[in-house]
Amino acid sequence: MKRLSRYRRHKAAGPLLLIFALLAIGTTFSVASATVKSAPTAFARTAAIEEGKQIFLKGCSSCHGLNAQGGAVAPSLIGVGAASVDFQVGTGRMPMADMSTQAMRKKPVYDAQETAALAAYVASLAPGPAVPEDSALNYQRDGSTAEGGELFRNNCAMCHNFAGQGGALTEGKYAPTLMGVEPKYIYEALITGPQSMPVFSDKTITPAEKLSLIKWIKSAEAEPNLGGATMGRIGPVTEGLLVWILGMGLLIGIAVWLTTRAR
Amino acid sequence: MSNELIPSDNSAIPVHAPRATDINPKAEKRAEQQVAILFALSGIGSLLLIYSYIYVANDVFIFIPIMGDQNAQQLGIGIGMAMSLFFLGIAAIHWAKTLMSDKEVVNHRHEFRSSDSDREEFVKTVKEGVAGVELGRRKLIKRSLGAALALFALPPVLLLRDLGPLPKKQLETTNWKAGTRLVTDPGNRPILASDLEVGAVVQVLPAVEHPDERALSDIAKDPVLLIRLRPEDFQLTPQKFAMTHDGIIAFSKICSHMGCAVALYEQQTKHLLCPCHQSTFDVTRGAKVIFGPAARPLPQLDITVDAQGYLVARAAFNEPVGPSFWERNSQ
Amino acid sequence: MTSVENKLGNAANFVDERIGAAGWVKKSLNKVFPDHWSFMLGEVCMYSFIILLLSGTFLTFWFDPSQRDVIYQGVYEPLKGLKMSAAYASTLDISFEVRGGLLMRQIHHWAANIFMAAIVAHLLRVFFTGAFRKPREFNWILGILLLTLGFVEGLFGYSLPDDLLSGTGLRITSAIIQAIPVVGTYISFFLFGGAFPGVGFIPRIFTLHVLLIPGAFLAVITIHVMLVWYQKHTQFPGVGRTEKNVVGHPILPVYMAKAGGFFFVVFGVIAFLSAVASINPIWLYGPYTPGQISAGSQPDWYMGWLDGLVRMAPPLETHAFGHTISWNILIPALIVPGIVFTGMALYPFIESWITGDKREHHLLDRPRNVPNRTALGVMSVTFVMVALINGGNDILATNFALSINQIMWFSRIGIFVLPPLAFVITKRLCLSLQRADRDLLLHGTETGRLLRLPHGEFVEVHAPISAEKAFILQSHEQSAALEIDDVDSRGVRRPGSIKNKLQRRLSKAHAVAVPKVTEQELKEIEHH
Repeated sequence: MKRLSRYRRHKAAGPLLLIFALLAIGTTFSVASATVKSAPTAFARTAAIEEGKQIFLKGCSSCHGLNAQGGAVAPSLIGVGAASVDFQVGTGRMPMADMSTQAMRKKPVYDAQETAALAAYVASLAPGPAVPEDSALNYQRDGSTAEGGELFRNNCAMCHNFAGQGGALTEGKYAPTLMGVEPKYIYEALITGPQSMPVFSDKTITPAEKLSLIKWIKSAEAEPNLGGATMGRIGPVTEGLLVWILGMGLLIGIAVWLTTRAR
Repeated sequence: MSNELIPSDNSAIPVHAPRATDINPKAEKRAEQQVAILFALSGIGSLLLIYSYIYVANDVFIFIPIMGDQNAQQLGIGIGMAMSLFFLGIAAIHWAKTLMSDKEVVNHRHEFRSSDSDREEFVKTVKEGVAGVELGRRKLIKRSLGAALALFALPPVLLLRDLGPLPKKQLETTNWKAGTRLVTDPGNRPILASDLEVGAVVQVLPAVEHPDERALSDIAKDPVLLIRLRPEDFQLTPQKFAMTHDGIIAFSKICSHMGCAVALYEQQTKHLLCPCHQSTFDVTRGAKVIFGPAARPLPQLDITVDAQGYLVARAAFNEPVGPSFWERNSQ
Repeated sequence: MTSVENKLGNAANFVDERIGAAGWVKKSLNKVFPDHWSFMLGEVCMYSFIILLLSGTFLTFWFDPSQRDVIYQGVYEPLKGLKMSAAYASTLDISFEVRGGLLMRQIHHWAANIFMAAIVAHLLRVFFTGAFRKPREFNWILGILLLTLGFVEGLFGYSLPDDLLSGTGLRITSAIIQAIPVVGTYISFFLFGGAFPGVGFIPRIFTLHVLLIPGAFLAVITIHVMLVWYQKHTQFPGVGRTEKNVVGHPILPVYMAKAGGFFFVVFGVIAFLSAVASINPIWLYGPYTPGQISAGSQPDWYMGWLDGLVRMAPPLETHAFGHTISWNILIPALIVPGIVFTGMALYPFIESWITGDKREHHLLDRPRNVPNRTALGVMSVTFVMVALINGGNDILATNFALSINQIMWFSRIGIFVLPPLAFVITKRLCLSLQRADRDLLLHGTETGRLLRLPHGEFVEVHAPISAEKAFILQSHEQSAALEIDDVDSRGVRRPGSIKNKLQRRLSKAHAVAVPKVTEQELKEIEHH
């Protein structure tokens, strides 16, 4: 105890305590809410919406406005739907840490429960795309890899690169890598069009086609290295670098050894 | 220090110190052993290649740090081959360096210019030969020869004529006509205007009777990108605005610069970016070029809906799509 | 005599009695090759060319150069059932169904990249050391020809698999051809056998890639090497090395063993790269259709600078009299490379015009001793590097959190500013290095030992440098600028005075140097 109290005035003590407190509250809350989950229907939904609203007011409203109507720096969230919230908050993109060119994937700030509550709140404002059910995401069963590849090269490769590694957009923006992205988030991104990404609606790319897309992405992700180290799968740039650094480096090194006199 | 710093007589090659292998029999023995070991390593490489080729299945993957999961057969054959070649070479070089004579030898150069008498004779021979032809005197032969040679150059070029068809109007036209339905690619489904949400983008092709038999040369000019915005986002001339339908605007997907597929649509900025050379087009202003080397906006397709509500072209493109060419007549 | 020597002797006898080769073979075997690591760069080129011939032949056994449509039914699951060209399908089969096929494909591609890299490195060595001077101008031009052939051969090579990336490259190639005024459209239609992508391009470039261009390569390489043989290799200055001799190892046995061994080393290094590093994974790119594209579509590295130039070009087109001229394509893709290659080919003659030096040169220059040439070389490399960086601007942007627009503007300005800057800096650097040489010669090397003089002053002890080193530092010649008068001896104005003025200016710039140490100065130093 003495050792602990020694750190009481450490400058990290405050934030640390806060994190502990939050964790404790969160744990209690999720334990409590676990029971709520089983409670049926309308009441639970209203409760979730109310909880989501509280989180929203604390964490989101400073940018998105008190009624989610949007502001100078952030768009309106009316009508974006639960899927959008689930994607943005679930992947940690929102809340944004700083106003950089683009929100990037990071550790989520809110847990699954809070995210669901936020999503419920935003969905209650106006109708929008819902979070897909797990049963609708069985890409292994319902998708086709080859068809997914065709769709990917037609609709995705131009930004995310031929192997889903990501690529550059204008003014410092970029399309992120798709490696390691959960199927649910890929699906949600397709139907909601987060940030620079356009919307791929269900009528133009059907839900079955979306599952094919996901199946192809997952197959590219799982594909072992068939021809040696992949060097990022970003095309000839890294190949050229390797030629000069490793290839020519080795050959010139050996040429130097070859032409020096033995002692 | 004195003048001998710069040897006045530089024909003498400085004598090299002898190598360890020249004076020390032990070192000589050691070098010999090293060469033998290197040859042995080469042999091991060859054996590894043979083993991997025959005994390793092509669906076996092994984990290598840094590189990740590797195909064992490919790696075994490759490393085996690399070893067998590399160490063969290294052994030969090591042998040459340590055990073969390292005495440098001097060769003398000769001037490449021929002797004066040779040159004079050469000139004389050529002059006599040329004079013998008497081209200067025989004007008729000279002229007819020139004409024949000029004509002679034409057939080889002409013979290549059948390499391909004449361009005709192929670069100016596409398969879009008034009333052609827009269908998804792939999928080949017609599209209702309501299928597209604001912010949506979809690549379409003109509906054809046999979609499986589309020629690649058609896919090289027909693709169109449909984008839906809010109608109030547009900053178009009334004429171009009339070519949109309910916020849906259609552009040729073939870049007006070098023909790559322009498809990077940024929903927030409403810019289209070409990944080949980074030409950037502003969708709200009719795909006006706002950055990069492209000199012309992407051609816009005039669209509307048919009786069933499906999106159709109201007219063909009113300018050639894709990269510029000499015969392109644009206003 | 051992039995091996006996047998060799018999064989030699057998050959000589039939073709009388002993005379010139003896002469050839006495050829001498000087040792320097940079002299091996040309060999890397030649060896990787041989490796390309070998691995390429292997690939042709399975490759089907056809644009006919097939439905893929091979072992690679993600592409099964897709429509693709036979060329692409057979490349997949080589990769997945021929044992060692993927390795051989990768050897072929890595060897091509090494081939081009070694050509560039070899060219830079020849340029910076002045090895292109009389009598070797022909060989310099042949080298430029080989480099140009390499560009075309490489482009055709990576276009053959007909994957999405190579198709994109061909799309750009066709646009460049179309941009040629008057005949461009026709040439494009004839080459491709119709509107892009046509029906005939893959089989046609296959024939060019495996027959015509390798044949041309073989012919030019043979002449190139024979000229080196006949004219004898250049050498770096040193004691015992003059313009009249060549010092090195005889071809038998040392050079033969080293050079022969080096072939296997080059092959081994390329095989190693191919075993551990993937190159051009065409199965991931997918089959080519013109409606598709991948982010970061780049050409192979040696084409990257051209792509970078095209990217940074201003959006200029002329529309007049019903015709279109695309300056945004013509300038970066045809005019600038045309100027660069012509300039390179003519450079030996330009330099000799500037210096007025028409003598033979067999001793190489140390780059610092010819500041103008060295600076020009660095300037050209800088130009290409700026363009090359812009060619990879999207990859740089994603990997270093930059913006493609920033990189593009950097390159657009940099392409004009940085090369001249590099010229100035290099020239200064060369002159400083000359000064350092002069100091070294006069004062020796710094030993780091301090000495206290009787009156209390500290001085550092300098050790004199070896005679060999001193010789190298002093061996270059310095020639004065040309003196060209605008008027001749009778006071009449000479024709072409602008040309004279230019020559005088350039010659003056070329002759800038730190004066060499004179004997007088050495004597004075001795007295101290």
